[in-house]
Amino acid sequence: MVPEQGTVQDTVAEAIRVEGARILATLIRTVGDVQTAEDAVQEATLAALGAWPVTGVPPQPRAWLTVTARRKAIDILRREGTRPGKERDGLRMIELARSDLPPDDVVHDDLLRLIFTCCHPTLSPPTRVALALRTLCGLSPAQIAGVLLTTEAATAKRLTRARQKIAAAHIPYRVPPENELADRLPTVCAVIHSLYTAGHAPVDGRTAYDVDACAEAVRLAELLHDLLPDQPMPSAVLALLLLTEGRRPSRLDEQGDVVTLDQQDRGRWDAAVIARGVALLNGSLRRSHRQADAYQLQAAIAAEHARAASYHDTDWTEILRLYDLLVSIAPSHTAGLARVVAATEAADAATGLAMLAELPPNPRWHGVRAELLAREGRYTEAARELAESLDGPATEPERQHRERRREAFLQLAMPSPPDESES
Amino acid sequence: MPQYLALIYTADVDWWAPEQAAELAEYRQFAVDNADSIRASAVLHPTSTATVVRVEGARGGHVVTTDGPYAETKEALTGYYLIEAADLEEAVAITAGLPAAWNGAVEVRPVIAVK
Repeated sequence: MVPEQGTVQDTVAEAIRVEGARILATLIRTVGDVQTAEDAVQEATLAALGAWPVTGVPPQPRAWLTVTARRKAIDILRREGTRPGKERDGLRMIELARSDLPPDDVVHDDLLRLIFTCCHPTLSPPTRVALALRTLCGLSPAQIAGVLLTTEAATAKRLTRARQKIAAAHIPYRVPPENELADRLPTVCAVIHSLYTAGHAPVDGRTAYDVDACAEAVRLAELLHDLLPDQPMPSAVLALLLLTEGRRPSRLDEQGDVVTLDQQDRGRWDAAVIARGVALLNGSLRRSHRQADAYQLQAAIAAEHARAASYHDTDWTEILRLYDLLVSIAPSHTAGLARVVAATEAADAATGLAMLAELPPNPRWHGVRAELLAREGRYTEAARELAESLDGPATEPERQHRERRREAFLQLAMPSPPDESES
Repeated sequence: MPQYLALIYTADVDWWAPEQAAELAEYRQFAVDNADSIRASAVLHPTSTATVVRVEGARGGHVVTTDGPYAETKEALTGYYLIEAADLEEAVAITAGLPAAWNGAVEVRPVIAVK
């Protein structure tokens, strides 16, 4: 590939990724159909890729892309002249023929429309994530498949069905009224949070995607917080993501091996990102009048970890209290296991083991139990737990980490005969 | 305005049985409350009265009937409403008032507009 070509393509790709969602959001409202609007933006992208290497990148790529996408939409609507609802097409054509950019407040509302439509409760959770990645993040079906650990064909089919359902079932393209926001925001926030989790703690496979799902999730969280700055839940989600993201650099060492929290180099944490997360969390807590929600609690836990100078300085009693609240309002296996770890640090391993017995086993459960047993010097049992833990799905770095721990425990178990009292 | 078929899935009840009277009255009230949105509706006899019809080969072939419903399911199709609503959100809000929504399930299917 010619270098200049690559540079122009990068500029187009970046312009589309930054502006694509804005252009698409307004275009969907104007043409009244997701598929047509997506096709028009796609054709405008191809036109830019054809023209810009010759003409140079225009001074305002967004204006160029917006106007071109509108023209492409007009072409598509004319080609499909037989579609129903023709009487509205006249008005559409007039709006599409304009050459000025829509004002910011219009784009603001259109982006919210797009977000609430993609994350509509009548769509399935994985479909919401796929649609958000396609329309709001501008990812290709192949890239989305990489994030969702599925195939490109399955993703393309999922997106097509989603667009068909939005059109056929008339899922409205509108921002929910203020009194419905409390009902609708959790669905949107769950999409962002599950996307971040997919990137941060993938269940299976190698870590390296060609797309950083965490970065995409942070982008969406920033967007939602920008659009609804007074709503506590979006700020809490952004706070949680930033407080986790700020500590991400130390989770793997130079070799790509997992580093547990007690061993992490806290100097590698991003203090500025963490400070912003804390400020957002405080703002979110100030604005909410109800009991803290699950995102606020998780962000508060992340903030406690972030402010501790070392693992031993961590306020485990406070973290345990926050996990107690979290488990009571939003029970999950992950939160349950983290609560066990907090209780172990706040009290002792026996307390943790007793709490662990209440939870159903899975690979991570076995991993936690191994560490607790090791604290009590029961290394043979600990190694056996890790062997069980390795039976299930895990990422490659996580698997290697468990292998190393298992070998270490086996070494420690060598001098004395296996402890049979527990089996 | 878009139309939706709200398919009522509940236990395979006989709506004329005395013990169904109270619930049937709730459906009647629903119909009164939403008269502006309902274009058609029906309550169905139990699936034991159903007949499945198939024609062997092609049109004009031997007619084969079997006793019972097309699909044996725990919850049966026991009625439907044809509803007109501005969009899916309004359709969902209306059908959430059907007793089947808490005693079973309501499947909301958009109807293809005939030109």
